[in-house]
Amino acid sequence: MEATITLTVDGRAETVTVDTRTSLLDALRDRLGNTSPKKGCDHGQCGACTVLLDGRRMLSCLALAVAHDGADVVTARGLADGDRLHAIQEAFIDHDALQCGYCTPGQVCSAVGMLDEAAGGSPSHVTADLTAERGLGDLDDDEIRERMSGNLCRCGAYVNIVAAIREVVGTTVDAQATTAAR
Amino acid sequence: MIPAAFDYLAPTSIEEALAALSSDADEVKVLAGGQSLIPVLRLRLAAPTLVVDLGRLPDLAGVRDDGGAILIGAMTTHDELTREPLVSEHATLLAKVAQTVADPQVRHRGTFGGALVHADPAGDFPAAALALDAEMTIVGPSGPRTVPAAEFFTDLFTTAVSEDEILTAVRVPKHTGWGSHYEKFHRSAQMWSIVGVAATVRLDGGTVVEVKVGLTNMASTAIRAAAVEQQLVGQPAAPEVIASAAERAADGTSPPTDVNGDADYRQHLAKVLTRRALITACGC
Ligand SMILES: Cc1cc2nc3c(=O)[nH]c(=O)nc-3n(C[C@H](O)[C@H](O)[C@H](O)COP(=O)(O)OP(=O)(O)OC[C@H]3O[C@@H](n4cnc5c(N)ncnc54)[C@H](O)[C@@H]3O)c2cc1C
Ligand code: FES
Ligand code: FES
Repeated sequence: MEATITLTVDGRAETVTVDTRTSLLDALRDRLGNTSPKKGCDHGQCGACTVLLDGRRMLSCLALAVAHDGADVVTARGLADGDRLHAIQEAFIDHDALQCGYCTPGQVCSAVGMLDEAAGGSPSHVTADLTAERGLGDLDDDEIRERMSGNLCRCGAYVNIVAAIREVVGTTVDAQATTAAR
Repeated sequence: MIPAAFDYLAPTSIEEALAALSSDADEVKVLAGGQSLIPVLRLRLAAPTLVVDLGRLPDLAGVRDDGGAILIGAMTTHDELTREPLVSEHATLLAKVAQTVADPQVRHRGTFGGALVHADPAGDFPAAALALDAEMTIVGPSGPRTVPAAEFFTDLFTTAVSEDEILTAVRVPKHTGWGSHYEKFHRSAQMWSIVGVAATVRLDGGTVVEVKVGLTNMASTAIRAAAVEQQLVGQPAAPEVIASAAERAADGTSPPTDVNGDADYRQHLAKVLTRRALITACGC
């Protein structure tokens, strides 16, 4: 069975006819030519296919494209504003947070989603008190590692990935403090 | 690509969904978050000819106050369980369990109802549902019915929900003020439980008044550690008392032997993890 769906991908409306068996990942890569999300395992284990779906990070290999008619999808490619990279992308370059780069688009989308969740006060498994008020400032390295646990890196760039995210957390918290002080 | 072709339907009412489940398609499967069903389809473990997506049904997601209980819609995601104040206040155990399931990406899509109906013996939610005496609301061609958690999980990957039925909501009696903890033993952050212990206790002046312990992956379904509970009720909440009761955690269990461990290793783990879970839940 085939179905025609419309997606907003990195800000652009796209209409595509897919077999109902097509994953969102295959629709993006093979049908819409957006090779930013990667296929590592196709079973939800590695996180290489992570995209933001209606603002939340998820695995595009574990979604049927047909189920997401009308959705807004952002891939790592769409995080940049033209030639101006997203702060997370800049920090990954500055900290050498990659070697082969295969896991990187997924890591970057995941990090962006994660910062949003933390800023919104979502707890993680290593959060001690479930009921306390929380924000970005509470993201220590343990929290970053736990919250990024869905993204594997075969090259083992983990140390630098944590450093890159830590830097963006720091600059965001500082900027918020400056704005608040004004 | 998923090997076997299927038709896809996204009903917008429960009646339409039930009609689709009773249609004459060869095999029908319900799709919730897809975090278990899509891998199952890829591995050819199931080959439905019709997939009925619950994603566009109104009123199946979200948590609401229902007097002495909270009512959790089947399509509520794991992530929502970790963030919903009604859950952290009245069913703290469930919020704690949800945080240990898979990784954030999977928790954004995976649903409470899907995890319960999938009934993987290594899945973390069934033990919590048992320990919290949850009640499942199931609708089918002949209307709604209610099944207590103790009768819901019938075997490996098998529950009281039959093929023409939908799990719509889970009623969890309020456990406000109870201590609770989920002790999950796994090899890396996003993995399934080798063994898990879900414990919740009500203390009064240092005495255990009520205690309920659910075990993950210690039989073909989640089970309650009844012997531990019986030994601990009425006793002081002290580490040595708990340690003695926890020695009975493996009584009546029949855990699997697999790549992660032998049955006797799991029985050893059950005792250690039960002790830890209860000590944390009691705060002693
Ligand atoms: C990488 C990875 C790691 C994971 N780790 C864990 C873990 O550590 N612990 C854990 O507990 N789980 C884990 N899971 C499983 C996860 O919790 C799944 O989300 C869950 O088991 C299924 O929920 P779902 O909403 O995705 O259901 P689906 O995959 O959509 O459906 C699962 C099954 O339930 C049926 N079904 C779903 N909803 C209903 C309903 N309302 N009524 C009737 N039938 C229904 C479907 O037909 C199907 O047979 C993991 C999954 C992945 C991909
Ligand atoms: S390709 Fe989706 S998680 Fe690995
Ligand atoms: S940089 Fe190579 S897999 Fe992560």
